[in-house]
Formats: sequence, structure tokens, C-alpha cells
Amino acid sequence: MIHLVGPYLLAAALVGVGVFGIAVRRNAVLLLVGVELVLSGGLVLLVTTQAAGADRWAAGSVLPLFVITIAAAEVVVALAVVLTAFRHRGSIDLAEPSGEAP
Amino acid sequence: MTALDTAFVATGLVAVVGGLLAVTTRHVVHAALWLVVALLGVAGSLLVLGAELVALVLVLVYVGAVVVLVLFALMLTRAPIGPDLAHSPGPWRTLGAAVLGAAVAVLLGSVLVPLADDPVARAEVSSTQVAGQLFGTWVWPFELLSLLLLAAVVAALAVSRIPREHPAEEAPA
Repeated sequence: MIHLVGPYLLAAALVGVGVFGIAVRRNAVLLLVGVELVLSGGLVLLVTTQAAGADRWAAGSVLPLFVITIAAAEVVVALAVVLTAFRHRGSIDLAEPSGEAP
Repeated sequence: MTALDTAFVATGLVAVVGGLLAVTTRHVVHAALWLVVALLGVAGSLLVLGAELVALVLVLVYVGAVVVLVLFALMLTRAPIGPDLAHSPGPWRTLGAAVLGAAVAVLLGSVLVPLADDPVARAEVSSTQVAGQLFGTWVWPFELLSLLLLAAVVAALAVSRIPREHPAEEAPA
């Protein structure tokens, strides 16, 4: 027997912490840390539906696997974009005003 | 409070504290390492919820691959060893972000918590069942995922090979 309040609170807290991280970071690489935390909050919610016995087709285990894979692909492309921007601009400061291209 | 509840509280606390430190620390490398702690906490929570396969994949892919990738990117963008003072947010930005994060957490919590009433018996879904569904019901999305990964690899290569417009003048480092 398990209370479902715990997983729900954990998911809400993880998403809140992740949104805080996305909003507060100026380093473009560390922005991704916040994104990962938001996604892990979603994972906890998906698995909770399985633990509550409310899913069909084992969706509570299969969909998290899909989310993890898509997140890995997203991180790869995002880091490639960040590294290219660093090579072009010499900075990964997100608060830097975007002037005309050098 | 059953034993499962106690275990979940412990792992959830590890996840939330690790996440908070990951988004607030000034040391950029420490942020990635605290993300490892937070993700291990999340993986422990998933174990308590009875999804061993997802927990193991989370540790393998996130901790094993994604965090290492983030660490590489931090080093390639010349992250300082000590505290990162160049990218420190102002007090108003920190306050606004804290209000935003707290508002999101409270909103989500107020929507989700009323859904939970009585303790439920944890449903047991074995890895054999998951595998059967993954290669039965979900086989086409699963195959599409391999295409997505291929597209991501090609896109990352293509983006990182964009030439500079003016190769002569170096960007100020």
C-alpha cells in the first residue's frame, strides 16, 4: 500500500525546481539541467499512473522509456547548438543582448 | 505510513534537495554533479513505485550519458573551475525565478494532490509484461524512436559543422 500524495508532490516539486532553474540560469549549458529536472517530474507522474494500476498496455513503463530517449536526443541537438553558438559568439551568456552578427 | 511511503519520502527528499542544489549552486561543474544526485533520487523513487526497468534506464541514459555530455559541453565552453561570477543572475532575476518556480509547483500540486485519496495497492507490472507490450502494442513508436535518434545525430553533426562567416577575425574569448 502506498499513498499517492508523495509521488504527486514530488512531481510538482521537481517541475517547480526545474522551471526555477530554467528561469534563473544565464549559462546556456546549465539551462539544460533545469529541463532535465522538469522531464524527470513528468517521468514520476507517468510511473505513478502505473503504480496506481490505472494504465493499459503497460503505458506507465513504456512512455517513460520514450520520454527518456527523446530527452537524450534533445540534449544532443541542444548541446550542438550551444557549442556552435559559443564558437560563433565566444559566449554562452543567455542575458547578453543579441546584437547584429559579427 | 507504510514502509513504501517511508522509502518514497527518503528518495524524494534526495531528489528535491539534489535538484535545488543543482539549480542554485554557483559552481557550474557542481551543478552537473548535483544533477546526478537528483536523478539518482528520482530513480530510487521509481524503484519504490515498482518500475525497475524505467529506473535502470534512467540511471543508464541520464546519469551515464546525458550528464557526461553536459560535463563535456561545460568544459568545451571554458567553464571556470571556481564560482561562476560572470554569469551570476541579479537579485531581481533570482526573485522572479523563485516566484515563478514556486507558483508552478503550487499550481501543479493543488491540481494533483486532490486526485490522491486513499492508499492504493501498488500494481505489479513485470519487466516481461513491459517487454511484451513494448514490442507488441508500441512497436511502431519504438521504431520511430530509432529514426529520431538518427535524425538527432545527423542534426548535431550538421549544426556543429556550420562554418564561420568571417574566419579571419576571431571572436573575443
